[in-house]
Amino acid sequence: MLECLPDKAVTHTAGKINPAKTCQPIGAMYAALGIHGCLPHSHGSQGCCSYHRMHLSRHFRDPVVASTSSFTEGASVFGGAANLKTSIKNVFAIYNPEIMAVHTTCLSETIGDDIPNILKQAEIPEGKLVIHVNTPSYQGSHITGFSGMCKAMVQYLSESDGVQKAQVNILPGFVNPGDMREIRRIVHEMGIRMIMFPDTSGVLDAPMTRKYEMFPAGGATVAEIRDAGNSALTLALGAFASNAAADLLQEKCGVTGIPLKLPIGLKATDAFIMALSDWFGTEVPGSLSLERGQVVDTLLDTNFHYQGKTVAVFGDPDHVIAMTEFLITMGMVPKYVLTGTPGKAFEAEINGMLGEAGISGSKVKADGDLFELHQWIREEPVDLLIGTTYGKYIARKEDIPLVRFGFPILDRAVHPLMPVVGYRGCLRLIEQISTALLDRRDRDALDEDYELIL
Amino acid sequence: MAEPDATVIDGVLASCPDTVKKNRKKHLVVKNEAAGCCQQIEANTRTIPGIITQRGCAYAGCKGVVMGPVKDMATITHGPVGCGYYSWGTRRNKARADERTPADKIYSQLCFTTDMQEPDIVFGGEKKLAKMIDEIVETFHPRAINICATCPVGLIGDDIGAVAKAAEERHHIQVVAHNCEGYKGVSQSAGHHIANNNIMEKIVGTGTERKPGRYVINILGEYNIGGDGWELERVLEEIGYTVNSIMTGDSSYLDLKNLHHADLNLVMCHRSINYIAEMMEKKYGIPWLKVNYIGIGATNESLRQMARCFNDPELMERTEKVIARETARVMPVLEQYRKICEGKTAFAFVGGSRSHHYQYLLRDIGMEIVVAGYEFAHRDDYEGRQVIPTIKTDADSKNIPELHVTRDETLHREPNEYLGITKEEYEDLKSEVSLNAYEGMYPNMRDGEIMIDDANHREVEELVARCKPDIIFTGIKDKYVSHKMGIPSKQLHSYDYAGPYALYNGAVNFARDVSEMLLTPAWKLIVPPWEQQNTTEGEPNA
Ligand code: SF4
Ligand code: SF4
Repeated sequence: MLECLPDKAVTHTAGKINPAKTCQPIGAMYAALGIHGCLPHSHGSQGCCSYHRMHLSRHFRDPVVASTSSFTEGASVFGGAANLKTSIKNVFAIYNPEIMAVHTTCLSETIGDDIPNILKQAEIPEGKLVIHVNTPSYQGSHITGFSGMCKAMVQYLSESDGVQKAQVNILPGFVNPGDMREIRRIVHEMGIRMIMFPDTSGVLDAPMTRKYEMFPAGGATVAEIRDAGNSALTLALGAFASNAAADLLQEKCGVTGIPLKLPIGLKATDAFIMALSDWFGTEVPGSLSLERGQVVDTLLDTNFHYQGKTVAVFGDPDHVIAMTEFLITMGMVPKYVLTGTPGKAFEAEINGMLGEAGISGSKVKADGDLFELHQWIREEPVDLLIGTTYGKYIARKEDIPLVRFGFPILDRAVHPLMPVVGYRGCLRLIEQISTALLDRRDRDALDEDYELIL
Repeated sequence: MAEPDATVIDGVLASCPDTVKKNRKKHLVVKNEAAGCCQQIEANTRTIPGIITQRGCAYAGCKGVVMGPVKDMATITHGPVGCGYYSWGTRRNKARADERTPADKIYSQLCFTTDMQEPDIVFGGEKKLAKMIDEIVETFHPRAINICATCPVGLIGDDIGAVAKAAEERHHIQVVAHNCEGYKGVSQSAGHHIANNNIMEKIVGTGTERKPGRYVINILGEYNIGGDGWELERVLEEIGYTVNSIMTGDSSYLDLKNLHHADLNLVMCHRSINYIAEMMEKKYGIPWLKVNYIGIGATNESLRQMARCFNDPELMERTEKVIARETARVMPVLEQYRKICEGKTAFAFVGGSRSHHYQYLLRDIGMEIVVAGYEFAHRDDYEGRQVIPTIKTDADSKNIPELHVTRDETLHREPNEYLGITKEEYEDLKSEVSLNAYEGMYPNMRDGEIMIDDANHREVEELVARCKPDIIFTGIKDKYVSHKMGIPSKQLHSYDYAGPYALYNGAVNFARDVSEMLLTPAWKLIVPPWEQQNTTEGEPNA
């Protein structure tokens, strides 16, 4: 299908056709699930909450529980204060979470509900907490919403007791639970104490035990997030998702924050490990050197599978920035690089990397959409597409292999458990990329060119 | 299973604060044969803030369910990016090209959103919307356009009706504006109603083509999830009907314009589409018949009722022939699955008719739905349409404009004329077939079974603990909750991306999929061998 598409690239200026981003609250909801014992709460009408839960459930294939203020027209006219106060009462009475994380929606933002003020008036049971973030969706994207909720955690919870501890805060960015586990493993290998928040491992990759827990064992505890104010260092992985919280932590508690790329790809993982090693003076263990060596070995063994091939990459900015760097490391040519999240820094960073690598003629865009990307590809095709499930329409129409990467992946399973970060993540990405290209080569080969070994 | 009874409800609500208990108690009814008729159930009222509900919003009902699937209309979501994004490709309304709608006129796989930004909220989004319409027309040349409004649009006062009207004048195609802001009403139901009104008011009646055939029918409230509509079309066309439109699954703007050129309306999903059926009855005199093609017995009954409507011996004969052949073909296959499913119990929390319809198919394979509920139904979906006059409109439903249709003096005909039967025959027919009526879910349930409206997360947990169903039919939000409790769960909105489940082939697909879920070897592997004290612990479905 998609026969309705025009042949040539067209510029459209108003709105989005096939957006490459979604709205802020879903990011805030995801981040909130990374606090242990937390019930995310959507302040607005039911539809938003329902959509966000649905979408997260589809990506993670695990329960995503969140409550809503259930606005009807009345609340839209008179304000949502009563709904939020009732919600808080009911949520603690019925579901008994440790903490509620409120985020707004377009509706409550447009009517201008003053959340901090409402929270002051609400009955919050002894020992329980309510935090909040404003997430109007006429700004930013789901990544901005994620970033906002991370910042809210710092703002409400982190405290400095004046005594610095030899521990590192890791803000992992909008990545899968499998990635979070892998980051934790690497830091443990280094022998450094860490606090990671948010941490959705154990929440959205929870095991099957036949005992349903509304608040599973995973997540960063409130105590840990509080103690983050006492850490020696914060590593903010992914500028778009993590810098805001790291900056606030520095401002509020004096914890030095270092911005890094998401540790996806060889160089970004190196940078992550070096930052830890430099700061804490720890030597990098042999186990990690071994893993790194395996990656370089594999890159040299397989370069002819992918080197020189052109790629279109799209997705969330932190993911795409790190992926682009890795593609360049692999000798591939990122020809189209696009994110839906607004922010000029994205274009500057990607163009910088491409320039340094001597790659010219690529198109790079922030705040773009998939219709544009598709039209670029129609005008001049690429060998490979890397991005979310939404790329599958482009892949089919233009007959290009697709490597699924980022959020959301709605049509394939297991990915939330399998890391793409760290050296193990490198191996997985190399495997996925080379396999996609080789499958394609096998499929297209003439009888006389069809070979056993590639 | 543990037999549900009235005390179950008290148990289910035990952990709630008193105000919540008082409210929710009215939404739960235990079938009581002895009482005769259905006890009143509260429905289509507000969800209590803070309660974890399965409900969506008016926009989801209007764009997601009814308007979105119209394949040859470009549907623009006017609002911030999320609403349009989430309703992009997430319902499985299959659509294909045909001789009336060529492939280059199908926009179902595209998502158009004005992606409102802060300045649009502050200064209004009308200009941006108008510009987007212009660009879409220039790029895609659609036959018609929908505009669906989301929450902020109504609040900032964008006049999407005026934008639509101006665009119609500029481009000479129809642009239909839907004021389906998410906060309207109490659930998706409001959006169904709004979409029904707009289709009726602006699209139906504007076409002049009648498809060839003696018996031309519309299938209303059939969304072609997994191809259900096509399985229905296959059988109906073989019997001798002409399917005018499957609405709205694989439906086209072209066919909606001609919706009134039909002899009979079939209503599948009562909740989402009864409005149009009723309005067409008033305006044109076209009779409607509530049908159900989920389950072999139910299918056969619905096919017979349809044939009976036209009182044509030949049509009846062809109907019986198809019924006999198809039934004989699939029954032995179902019998195999019955061996697996017999005696098992289920919960169903889906949609505006499915929780009722699937009871028939499950009984075909020996299973029983012991707790059934809807997310956004009205009392008539439970208790039957006779309660409609007694339903008081509250503030929330008053916000959805009623469309008052009147008889179209040039096109209106008597219902018997549509069916090609005499007035007397029509009177007879009415006593045999419940035309223009729906009895609701209650009569079909068995003693002690529970109906629950707007079931919430905690109630489902409690009901599971008490009634221990073998399988739960629900949507994605509850699917994995159910799994974590050790109970298989099948999505009945999306069929877990299988289907069709309607009619004969559908019944076989469904029985196979349910059997496979029950037999999935992993259910027996949950407890690791080193933790197994006694053997039964590892086998929830044994
Ligand atoms: S109304 Fe706003 S917050 Fe809600 S789904 Fe739409 S874009 Fe997202
Ligand atoms: S049966 Fe259900 S899912 Fe279907 S349209 Fe009706 S309400 Fe929606």
